[in-house]
Amino acid sequence: MDLSNEKISIVISQGSLEGIYPGLIMANGARAEGMEANLFFTFFGLDAIHRKRQEHIKVATVGNPALHVPTWAGGLPGVSSAMTHVMEHKMEKLEIPSIPEFVELISDTGAGLYACKASVDLFGLDMDDFIEGVDDVITVGEFYEMAFGGHIVFT
Amino acid sequence: MPTITIAEADVELNDDGFFEVPEQWTEEMVPALALTEGIQELTEDHWTVIRFMRKEYFEKGTGPTVRVLGKTSGVTVKELYKLFPKGPGKVAARMAGIPKPRGCI
Repeated sequence: MDLSNEKISIVISQGSLEGIYPGLIMANGARAEGMEANLFFTFFGLDAIHRKRQEHIKVATVGNPALHVPTWAGGLPGVSSAMTHVMEHKMEKLEIPSIPEFVELISDTGAGLYACKASVDLFGLDMDDFIEGVDDVITVGEFYEMAFGGHIVFT
Repeated sequence: MPTITIAEADVELNDDGFFEVPEQWTEEMVPALALTEGIQELTEDHWTVIRFMRKEYFEKGTGPTVRVLGKTSGVTVKELYKLFPKGPGKVAARMAGIPKPRGCI
């Protein structure tokens, strides 16, 4: 099946490990199929492209029933870091790249990386706060123009 | 399952253009396969990737994904997408006569 005329725009709106990876996997997979792919980072999803924060993304251990850790325990100091460590170790074994490496890989595939202007303003950020591969800070209107004619996935 | 003739040999392809029988592939078929993928000029890097795909397939039972190619074939991810704009793993697998690589990353 030739998907090279297809386009997908993926919004990453969460800043937890499990909130970021699915969008990255989908964007990378879309490029591998020859599709045009753009990634839009909004709200806490901006951490995935934040120079200082992207190396410190953690698993959400509170309010995450499928993790099977009681909410009271998930909130104890160090639990989120420990769970993240376990998850990262498992991922490393499966050769799943870390978030910084994955974002760089996706940029190398030719996918676009964009930051949401409203969130950038809200958090008082600018382009200097983001890693090199980020193409631009754009408005929601510019996002729709870019996404027009393709699919939009919100994560 | 269509049977087509490439470089004077009959080969069986699946509906997505992948070889059903990797053993039916020969290097002589690559220029014709490249043209069907819209690749006009075959470079040494194309050959590096194609040979690497086959080697990995016969060693591991599946061809490499783009990330694995970028890490181990000697051709970078950026370069891979220039060589195979419609998807390096997928297109190179068709040109190398192997099934579509199975891997999510």
